[in-house]
Amino acid sequence: MSVYEILFWFLTVMALSCALGVILSRNPVNSVLFLIATFFAISGHYILMNAQFLAIVNIIVYAGAIMVLFLFVIMLMNLNADTEPQKNRLIQLAGVISGGALFLVVLAALRTSTVNVLEQTSTDIGLIKNLGKTLFTQFVLPFEISSVLFLSAMIGAVVIGKKEEGQTA
Amino acid sequence: MPVQYYLFLSLALFSIGVMGAMMRRNAIIVFMCIELMLNAVNLLLVAFSKMYNDSSAQIMVFFNMVVAAAEVAVGLAVIVMMYRKVHSVDINILNRLKH
Repeated sequence: MSVYEILFWFLTVMALSCALGVILSRNPVNSVLFLIATFFAISGHYILMNAQFLAIVNIIVYAGAIMVLFLFVIMLMNLNADTEPQKNRLIQLAGVISGGALFLVVLAALRTSTVNVLEQTSTDIGLIKNLGKTLFTQFVLPFEISSVLFLSAMIGAVVIGKKEEGQTA
Repeated sequence: MPVQYYLFLSLALFSIGVMGAMMRRNAIIVFMCIELMLNAVNLLLVAFSKMYNDSSAQIMVFFNMVVAAAEVAVGLAVIVMMYRKVHSVDINILNRLKH
C-alpha cells in the first residue's frame, strides 16, 4: 500500500466513525466535536484530491465559523446536560432501517457502474489561482448574487432573533 | 483510487446523516445531520471534479458552502426563537404549527 492509500483509508475510517459518533452520542456538545472531526477528515480528502482551496475553506467556514455557531447556541441554551428525551426504540429502529435501506439501494444501483480511476498525478485545477480565474470570469454573476443571499440571510437572522415587544428573557 | 470508493464513502456519510435526522429529537442534532449530508455531497462533487478534470464542480462546492452558511444563520435563529417560545428544542413539540 502506498502512502496515498494508507491516508485514504485512515481518513475514511475517521470520517465514518466520527459521523457515527455525531448521531450516537447523547451529549450535544460531543456531537458538535465529532462533527468538527468529520469535517477535518473531509478536508483531508480534499487535500488528497489536490483541492487545497476547498480544504482550507472547508476548515475555515465549516469547522471554524459554522460549528462555533452551533456550539455557541448549545451553550446558550444550556443543553449540555443529558436531559434530551429520546424517541422510543421502535422509531429509532425504523430510522436505522430506512437509512440502511437507502444505503443498500443506492449501493446496489452503483455497484456495477464503470470504474474510473482517479489518477494520482497532480492536477492544478483545485489551486486558488485557477479557481479564482474561473470564479471571476465564468461564474461572476452567481458570485455577486450570493452576496445578496448573504445580506438577506443576515437581515433575516436578525429579524427572526429579535425579541418581540413585551417579551421577557 | 477508483472514484467508486469516494462514491461509496459519500453515500455512507449521506446515509448516516439521513439516519441521524430520523433518529434524534433534538432540533440542533437534526440540523447538524443535514450539514453532514451537505458535506457528503460536496465530497462527491470534488471527486467528480477530479475525475473529469473540470473546475466547475469545485465552484459548485464553493457555492454550496455559501448557501450552507446562510442556511445555518437563519436556521439557528429559528431554533433560538423556538427555544424562547417553548423552552425546549424537542422537534416533537413542534408537530403542530399553532398551539
